[in-house]
Parts: sequence; C-alpha cells; structure tokens
Amino acid sequence: MENAENLIALLVAAPLLGAAVLLCGGRRLDRAGHWLGTVLAAASFVIGAVLFFDMLGRGAEERTLRQHLFSWVPVESFQADVAFQLDQLSMTFVLLITGVGTLIHVYSIGYMAHDERRRRFFGYLNLFLAAMLLLVLADNYLLLYFGWEGVGLASFLLIGFWQHKPSAATAAKKAFLVNRVGDMGLSIAIMLMFTTFGTFAFGPVLAATGETSEGMLTAIGLMLLLAACGKSAQVPLQSWLGDAMEGPTPVSALIHAATMVTAGVYLITRSGAIFNAAPDAQLAVAVVGAVTLLFGAIVGCAKDDIKKALAGSTMSQIGYMILAAGLGPVGYAFAIMHLVTHGFFKAGLFLGAGSVMHGMNDEVDMRKYGGLRKYMPVTFVTFGLGYLAIIGFPGLSGFWSKDKIIEAAFAKGGTEGWILGGVALLGAGITAYYMTRVMLMTFFGEKRWQPAPDPDTAPSVEPGIEVHPGEMPHPHESPRSMTIPMILLAFGSVFAGALFSLNGAFVNWLRPVTDFEHGHPPVSAATVTVSTVVVLLIGVGIAYAQYGRRPVPVVAPRGSLLTRAARRDLLQDDFNHIVLVRGGEHLTRSLVYLDHTLVDGVVNGTAASVGGLSGRLRKLQNGFARSYAVSMLGGTAVLIAATLLMRGV
Amino acid sequence: MNPVNYLYLAALLFTIGAAGVLIRRNAIVVFMCVELMLNACNLAFVAFSRMHGNLDGQIIAFFTMVVAAAEVVVGLAIIVSLFRSRHSASVDDASLMKL
Repeated sequence: MENAENLIALLVAAPLLGAAVLLCGGRRLDRAGHWLGTVLAAASFVIGAVLFFDMLGRGAEERTLRQHLFSWVPVESFQADVAFQLDQLSMTFVLLITGVGTLIHVYSIGYMAHDERRRRFFGYLNLFLAAMLLLVLADNYLLLYFGWEGVGLASFLLIGFWQHKPSAATAAKKAFLVNRVGDMGLSIAIMLMFTTFGTFAFGPVLAATGETSEGMLTAIGLMLLLAACGKSAQVPLQSWLGDAMEGPTPVSALIHAATMVTAGVYLITRSGAIFNAAPDAQLAVAVVGAVTLLFGAIVGCAKDDIKKALAGSTMSQIGYMILAAGLGPVGYAFAIMHLVTHGFFKAGLFLGAGSVMHGMNDEVDMRKYGGLRKYMPVTFVTFGLGYLAIIGFPGLSGFWSKDKIIEAAFAKGGTEGWILGGVALLGAGITAYYMTRVMLMTFFGEKRWQPAPDPDTAPSVEPGIEVHPGEMPHPHESPRSMTIPMILLAFGSVFAGALFSLNGAFVNWLRPVTDFEHGHPPVSAATVTVSTVVVLLIGVGIAYAQYGRRPVPVVAPRGSLLTRAARRDLLQDDFNHIVLVRGGEHLTRSLVYLDHTLVDGVVNGTAASVGGLSGRLRKLQNGFARSYAVSMLGGTAVLIAATLLMRGV
Repeated sequence: MNPVNYLYLAALLFTIGAAGVLIRRNAIVVFMCVELMLNACNLAFVAFSRMHGNLDGQIIAFFTMVVAAAEVVVGLAIIVSLFRSRHSASVDDASLMKL
C-alpha cells in the first residue's frame, strides 16, 4: 500500500476524537455516546489491522514506518517532534490495545448500562486508549512521556470514576501519586539522555549506547526501571494496583490487560539497547521482576475479594514479563509474547469477574459465591479457559509464553540463573494454587450466597444497579454485549500462545526490533517444561485439597501470620506508612523546628537588635536645639580630625 | 602685619561664637553667636585669599554674606513668631520636636 505511514496518526486520532466529542458534547450525546466511543475504538483497531497486513506484505527489514507530524518544541539543539514510529513492537501493542480495548468497550455497554454517567465513562476509556497508543507509537522519549502522563491521567479519572465513594477517590489519588514517583524516574532518564546523547529520539539514542560510559547507561537504566515500576506496579511501587480495583470492573480489565501496566514492559523492551549495555541495570530489572512475581502471587493467595486476587495475579504476571525483559535479548520477545497472551486471558478473567459480580448483587467476596457454574455457564466456561491459560496448562496460551520465560531465566546461567529460574518456577506453582482457589471458591462447592447488604452500611455497592437490602442474589447469565467479548477473549486465551509459537512466529516477528538469542539452560528444555507442569499440578492439588474437598467457611478464618500479612498486601501500605509517611512527618517536623529556631532565630535576632539599637539611638533626638548643635560640632570636629589624620597617613 | 594674626582672630571669634551657641539660651543671643561664627569664617576666607594671592576666598565671603542675610530674615522671623506664641525667647522651651 502506498503511503501507509499516513494512517499512523489516525490510530491515535480516532479514540482521541471520541474522547473530545464525548467529554465536550454534553448530555445530548447520552443516548448514543457509548456507541460512538465503541465505534471509534473499533475504527482504530481496523486501521491497526490494515497497517498490520500492510506490514506483513513487506520484507522484515522494511517494516518500520515513520510519520513526522510537526515540530513540537524546536529550540536550537533541543528538537522535540511529534513523530510516530510503527515497527513490529509497536504494531503488537497497537493490535493488543485496540483489540482488547474494543472488546472492553463492547462489554462496558452492558456493564455500565445503568450508570447515568456512561457517556463520560466511554470518553475516559477512549482517552485511555489514545494516550496508550501515543505512548507506544511515539518515536522519541519525550512524546512517549506525553502518552505516559496521559495514561496516568486517564487511569486517575477511571479508577476514581465513582468519585462519590471516598474509597474510590482515595484509590485514584493513590494510583496517581505512586505513579508520579515513577514519572520522576522517566523524566530524569530523559534529561540524562539529553545531556548524554543530545537527543531523545529512539533511533539516535539506542544507536549511540556503544560509545557511552557504562555508569551513565546504568543511571539511565535504573531511572527507566523506576518509571516502569510505577506504571507496571512492580515492587517497590506496587501498592496502587490493589486499590485501583475501586474502579468499575471494565477499567480493571483495561488497566491490567491492554493499557497502563504493560507500559513499563514496553519501556524496558524498547530501551533494550540501553539495558544490554548496562548489565547492572539489567540485573536490577530481572531482580525486581522476580521479587514482584512472588510478591503478587503471595498476595493473590490470601485475598477473598475476587478482583483483588486477580490484581495480585496481574502483579505477578507482569513480574514474569519484567523478569524476562531483564534477561536481555534472550527474554525480550517472550516478555512481549507473555504480555499479549496475558492481555487475552487477564481481560477475560476480569470481564468474567465483572459478570459474576453483575449476577451477584456486586458482591466481591468469593467466600459468598460458590456453585455458580450452573447459573452462569458462559461466564464459567470463558473464565475457566482463562484460568487454564493463566496457570499455564499445557497447550493453552499461558503455557507457551510462561514456560519460555522460565526456560530463559534458567538460561541466565550461574547462580543467578538457578535463583531466577527457581523463583519463576515457584511462582508458576503459586499461580496455579491461587487461581485454582479463585475458581473453586467462585464456581464450585455449595452455595454460600448471602442476602444483599444494606447500601447505607456497605457503601461499596456499585451505583446504578438496583439492590434491595436483604434480598438473596439470583445469579443469571449476563447480557450478550458482555458475554461475546468474554467468548472472543477466551478464544485468544486458548489459541494465541500456540499460534505465536508455531515455528517461532512471534520471536521471528519481533527479532528485528528486540534482537533474539537462543538461551541455553543448564538443563534441557523438556526438563524445564516437565517440572513446570509438575509444579503446576502440585499447586492445583494443594488448592483442591484446601478448597475443593473441604467446605469453604463464609467468614475468613484467622489464618497464619503470612496469610494475615498477605491479606494486608504483605504490609506494603504499613511499610509505606511507617517509612514514608511517618518518615516524611518526622522530616517536616524537624525542618519546621529548624526553621523556627535557626532561620527565624537569625531573622528575629537581627530585627530585635536593630530595634533595640534604634531605641537607644532615638534618645539622641531630644528636641533641644543646643544638643543638636553639640552633635554637629562634635561631628564636624571628628570629620576634620579624620581628614587631617588620613592626610597624615 | 602678618596675615596669620587674622587667622588667630578668626579662630578666636569662631570659638566665642560656638561657645555662645552652645551655652546661651536666649534665641537672639544664639542667633548673634551664629552670625559671629559666620563672620569668623568670612574673616578666615579673606585672610586666606590675601595669603594665597587670589580672589577665591573673597568671592566666597560675599556668598556667605548673602546667605547670612537671607538666614537672618528667616531666622528672625521664626524667633519673633515663636516669641509671640510662647512669650519666651529661650531655645530650650521650644523642644517639642522629639519622640
């Protein structure tokens, strides 16, 4: 196709137009607004698909398209352009974002049908898509930063969509503030790039890593890692993700599957050349990933809130991606592959969770579910396929991508390889455990349904849905606008991994951008695969023994110390509170003390001494003309004496 | 006669004038003492003019006389109006301009 690059801007423009029209259009769009938003998201997907097939038609080396829109800030050597770059990596993200994003739009039509602010919701969703597309299509770090901040804004608006609930408003603020910490990292990284390379466009920066000192590259890499930690909810900036569940469920699906948390993985993969040249920063990435994948998995094991359990699993799965991205060219392609497959099954799982909540009076506590498979067959099957995919059941999507990451982690070599690989393997077992737990508690076992709570005492009930206090839930299958996206995502969960692994199709597709090396694990690949499956079965078995064979208590048992800590998100908020909040308070208090004593002391002391001195001096003004005459005479005498003395010298 | 003697006279007159300004309370006397100091200066200027053989000092003496005349006009007017309002010519009585 001629001039295919001219279409790139349309990818961003379509959802951006939707956001502008829906947010500025006012109430007269209330009736059709959700269709407009969905159609524009779908339009963006269609354009993405056209560009994808166009890209397939060209040779591997000619696939990168560039479009220069306009010069944004042209100042001497500081050249910031609004320019797009569409290569295989961006293309993958574009299809994921617009594809899964469109399905979530369709789902939201049904899910938000009773919300009177639905038009605004779709405007925010479109804004989210536009910002994320800008992020992955930018050809320089500054424009990427623009999209990065746009994503932060949209997530703030969506997490706090039900802002009348104080918990939602707080969660939105928390997400925004924690993200700011990461954003600082990105802005410092960009400044360092500009001072080091004199530019921040991807091409020149990534090409110039060979001639730069490793120390500087390590600094840039660590700052980029901090940024990725913020957006992708990695330790130590992970605390916002669990609270972000306060947003409507489609928002959770969008944040966890298509946008937002994938941005950090994109950033690290895109900056691969920098990390390859700075092994220390790269190792830090892998360690952060490994720590987070265990952290998220442990949190996921203890949560009774279905959405929070899924949030823990997202944290853990993103940890896998970051771990893979920290392994260098061995892992980049698998990080992205896991990202895409995770996009399918995590979106499916979240939409399934939303569907369950929809049928259960918006109850989120899994201890009050049970036996739902008969009442919600479509949700059960799609959720079940997503479940099998995420635990890495052989043949399904998650298996193909996660197994490769574990293999690549072992291939790191040496003690590091054994530790990282062991952690990844252990994580797979824990994943199997907590996901089986979610599955059993929700769809199997006896019914543990509880009457709907009084909305006054339980403000977490989502608005717009009629809930009568004391009424028993009567679960039903969700409307078709909700089930069809779930079915489509389930197809992705089942087949995407195998399709990508066919002749290494995905790896070959990404190879020109991310480079690829075959890892050589110390044990054979088959051994890794078999042990992964064994660990998985052990995890499933333990969960079945605990939650399948024994009845699930409606009130959570006290649990072990670890369980209680995990219920409190492994004390992340307590840690933040004690170290950061208290620490900050102590710091400000000591600064205030210093200000009062030292700074004010100097200032007040000066003022008091000047005041006292002038109080004495003013006695000289006594009104007696003869006294003034003496002063004048004395002064003159002193002046004359001084003049004579100076002349003598 | 040695012109230095004129300088001695000028110094003597200035000292007498200054002492009078500081010691006496009667505004008229203080005023006369100020005039005495001015004229002592004039004498010194003229003496210096003679010693240096140029006219600068004499010209300044004329200026001083003009300023002194103007000052007398203003000063006497102030003293007279002060006397009218307070029935006193003492400079210490007019000591209200203070904090």
